[in-house]
Amino acid sequence: MSGADKPAWRRAWIGAALLGLFAAIGAATLAITEHLTRERIAERQRAFELDSLHAVLDAGSYDNDPASDVVHVRDRELLGTDAPVTVHRARRGGRPVAVVLLPLAPDGYTGPIRFMVGIDADGTVTGVRVLSHRETPGLGDAIDADKSDWIEQFAGRSLGEPEQWLVKRDGGSVDQLSGATITSRAVVDAVRHALLYFDAHREQLFAAPTESGDR
Amino acid sequence: MSAADIVRDGLWRRNVGLVQLLGLCPLLAVSTSLVYGLALGLATTAVLLGSNAAVSSIRRLVLREIRIPAFVMIIASLVTAVELAMNAWFHGLYRVLGIFIPLIVTNCAIIGRAEAFASRNGVMPSALDGLMTGLGFTLALVLLGSGRELIGHGTLLADADLLLGPWAAGLELRLLPGYGGFTLALLPPGAFFALGLLVALKNTLERRAAEPVSPALPVAAEGS
Repeated sequence: MSGADKPAWRRAWIGAALLGLFAAIGAATLAITEHLTRERIAERQRAFELDSLHAVLDAGSYDNDPASDVVHVRDRELLGTDAPVTVHRARRGGRPVAVVLLPLAPDGYTGPIRFMVGIDADGTVTGVRVLSHRETPGLGDAIDADKSDWIEQFAGRSLGEPEQWLVKRDGGSVDQLSGATITSRAVVDAVRHALLYFDAHREQLFAAPTESGDR
Repeated sequence: MSAADIVRDGLWRRNVGLVQLLGLCPLLAVSTSLVYGLALGLATTAVLLGSNAAVSSIRRLVLREIRIPAFVMIIASLVTAVELAMNAWFHGLYRVLGIFIPLIVTNCAIIGRAEAFASRNGVMPSALDGLMTGLGFTLALVLLGSGRELIGHGTLLADADLLLGPWAAGLELRLLPGYGGFTLALLPPGAFFALGLLVALKNTLERRAAEPVSPALPVAAEGS
């Protein structure tokens, strides 16, 4: 019995050791690639966020550099996360023009959706861009500005009219993405929450001293 | 198997996209334009080349029992490396192709070539087989992408700047001016229609080529 088992055990150990070796080689390959690409990827991500920042603000309405005029705030209820949320501020001649919040939509179909929303000093949305998400390709991923212009419909909306914050299926006026009602609801609710947050903290947001550097 | 056979099989005779119908998920999902198809095809080719070479070089070392997990690990590492590289150097394409880059792992053509060819042949033939199989898949993606883009949008080479850099932004051809577009070609059913037509076209071409030179002879039994 034990004599017959011995070679099988040996093979199992050798197999395990070999698999471990291949895993180590694979991990090393990935570590090297990650190291080589890390800086460039971070740079691309920053460039993309900067583009999005300019896309959600009305061009020419401000004369400061919103990318560096930054505070961080926390509000689990309205901003969708316990972590600090970045707020960029746009000003003209020192007077407040708009803020850009980077909250999370916590209840996307496959996890939180990170997005950027510009809100002018009157509480009207100037633009929304999704920064990262894992929604279903071909359905929910139409929230990306690259893939459809669904996200553009938020510009110009404000808290005044409640039906502007419900998708059509729920009796409102927001076009839902076909096949992705949950995704649509998640984004709509999160943008509305961001507006509520702005409404409650307008003065503090503009008055808070700029924090050095982005987080 | 000679090098010429490997080339002919990979590109045409046993084309993974058009004959073996493997890797249909990315083939159908991403082939909405020539550039997207080309980009995913090249990424898949890079993975196939690397995985075939790697699998072949360790083929004597791997025990039978662990070969599948070992191959999967190699392929997954390579795909993740390709994904990082695309994120760094082709960020626009990376954003458009999204989930289909990591999903290259699940393309059964890759594990298929590892198991059927690379685990039994030397490094050079295996690398060649990986390259040709990948280029064959790219060819299918490009043909399908061109057809769907042309019928769906009336353009060709839209978004070429994402793959080739800013200078290529002017490459976009509007072949059918004033064409309103035909959305069905861009939707998933359109992908199946286009693939069906392409497979039919390929079969017709092959039958023509296989027909006996002398018309007097009766048609022989069809080949595989």
